Amino acid sequence: MSHAAETAPDAPAILAEVNPVAKPRAELVGHGRGFSWITEKICGIAEEKTPVWWWYCFISACIVASFTVAGLIYLVATGVGVWGHRSPVFWAWDIVNFVFWIGIGHAGTLISAILCLLRQKWRTSINRSAEAMTIFAVVCAGIFPVFHLGRVWYSWFLFPLPNSNYIWQNYRSPLEWDVFAVSTYGTVSVLFWYVGMIPDLATMRDRFASVGKNIRARAYGIFAMGWRGSSRHWSNYEMAYLILAGISTPLVLSVHTIVSFDFAVSLIPGWHTTIFPPYFVAGAIFSGFGMVLTLILPLRAVYHLEDLITQYHIDCMCKIILATGTMVGYAYAMEFFIAWYGANPNEGFAFINRAFGPYWWAYFIMVSCNVITPQFFWFGAVRRNTWLVFILSLVVNVGMWFERFVIIATSLARDFLPSSWGYYSPSIVEIFTFFGTFGVFSVLFLLFVRFLPIMAIAELKAVTPQADPHAAGDHHPAPGHG
Amino acid sequence: MFETPGALMRAAEQVRDAGYRKWDCITPFPVHGLDKAMGVGRSRVPRISLAGGITGFCTGMSMIWFMDKFDYGLTVGGKPLFSPLFAFPVSYELTILFTAFATIGGMFLLNGLPMHYHPVLNYENIRRGTDDLFYIVIEREDPRFSPENTRALLERAGGREITELEG
Repeated sequence: MSHAAETAPDAPAILAEVNPVAKPRAELVGHGRGFSWITEKICGIAEEKTPVWWWYCFISACIVASFTVAGLIYLVATGVGVWGHRSPVFWAWDIVNFVFWIGIGHAGTLISAILCLLRQKWRTSINRSAEAMTIFAVVCAGIFPVFHLGRVWYSWFLFPLPNSNYIWQNYRSPLEWDVFAVSTYGTVSVLFWYVGMIPDLATMRDRFASVGKNIRARAYGIFAMGWRGSSRHWSNYEMAYLILAGISTPLVLSVHTIVSFDFAVSLIPGWHTTIFPPYFVAGAIFSGFGMVLTLILPLRAVYHLEDLITQYHIDCMCKIILATGTMVGYAYAMEFFIAWYGANPNEGFAFINRAFGPYWWAYFIMVSCNVITPQFFWFGAVRRNTWLVFILSLVVNVGMWFERFVIIATSLARDFLPSSWGYYSPSIVEIFTFFGTFGVFSVLFLLFVRFLPIMAIAELKAVTPQADPHAAGDHHPAPGHG
Repeated sequence: MFETPGALMRAAEQVRDAGYRKWDCITPFPVHGLDKAMGVGRSRVPRISLAGGITGFCTGMSMIWFMDKFDYGLTVGGKPLFSPLFAFPVSYELTILFTAFATIGGMFLLNGLPMHYHPVLNYENIRRGTDDLFYIVIEREDPRFSPENTRALLERAGGREITELEG
């Protein structure tokens, strides 16, 4: 694009031509890899014989997952007191874990849906794994609201069914809203993930069929729904995908908002604040991206996916962590400010108590992990050091767990009446139940890595430069002709 | 069979301009602008999604009205038995849920999926249609179909390995 500047006949020409610098767009697939390389790389992961490291990880994950299973059986058999909950702290690690896992899930939907609407093409190499992460995180999260009830066999009372007390559900309560929100979130996430996989399952089906592995081809083929790559089908498919992305965006925002309402609609100082919905959503995205990096970076290293998950991708994810971490830090500062400015003695005390009370150590971990560590991502040198990014992503998740712990435990342990104050410590059962959920998550994620396409093959191909029908060298006339 | 999206698009335009209606392209990913090149209109999935969404919202509101006001008035803190405000979050979630069901169901319906048997799927060489090559398929039922003319058209458009499929 250049144009000649008009000048008066005898005035000196300042710039005869203006040539803006053509800044190259970041390469989304390194080394200009083509379609068949992409197919081969990703399908190859599920097609090869199970690697030994997978078995080691899977067995370890199963052992860790058994902690949760054992813990839950013991809980239901004995009673919810085994979790160490004592007056006044009746919500502790159970709800912390619930909010923690749901928050992690939100990044997957953000990557899939919100980045799709914002036309960020770099999402294509991470969205499948991120969506899988979302689903497995929702599974881990859903354990807790059901099992923390005590009388778990009454959990069906939460659903819109006539129950055995001949009473309907209370729809004024955010706890009921949670049931609908989390169920909807889980369902829509699974559907979005599955629909996204249909073309890739068809690719895998065809690859197995072409080498004669018919049983596996049939297995993948059943789920591929007979997809044959028809462009008339793609037309409806793309529209459906866009609509799902469009509804998943308000879904992700509303689900964590409703989870935050569990606290915000109460009267407890430190909880009863309108900042919670945006604060929780930003925190969820923050922790979720931390977990995405924790999962993606090892996969990238083990399977040599550097051409598909490039430094640009890692940069983008780090910047999102930086942005949302800063928002969370801002929210902390605002809470403090409003507690002081609002002159409510209970609210003010709640915040002094967080920093200097019996849980000061948890507060310190929270602030250093959530406010300070994301700031390292301002520096390109840090973003380019993959090990450092991995460690910081772990730190982010630790920090976000502690944030939920600080919110719940400090506000409950010391609320209005000093005579009711108490101190809560988790019991062994509660600790093992939580760490076991990492095992549950890992089991599911390892199965996903082993059997399913870990990246969106079709979407990746569509964002390569070769996919553009108007690409240079294709001699197709420029748009405008129809 | 074509090797680049650009070649496919040029060929598709020629097939469209020749007046064929019952035909299709096979691509490993959605090609930008191919709908226009084929003369295919906008997808009808959004109408189905909208219907689903409206159903979801109305279901939520009427369900809550029925449950908390009509059938067994649930008194909580002396507040109104029904208000669209407190009923909103659940109705909102149901809107999204039903929109998702309608979208996916609608997409499957309009695509005729699941369709596990189709002549294209039985053709060995089409396997690379989900990998890295592009195909045009013209159906025999098309009124303009004739074995020689259609083959000539595809050859003129740049297609290679033109074959007749069974079924």
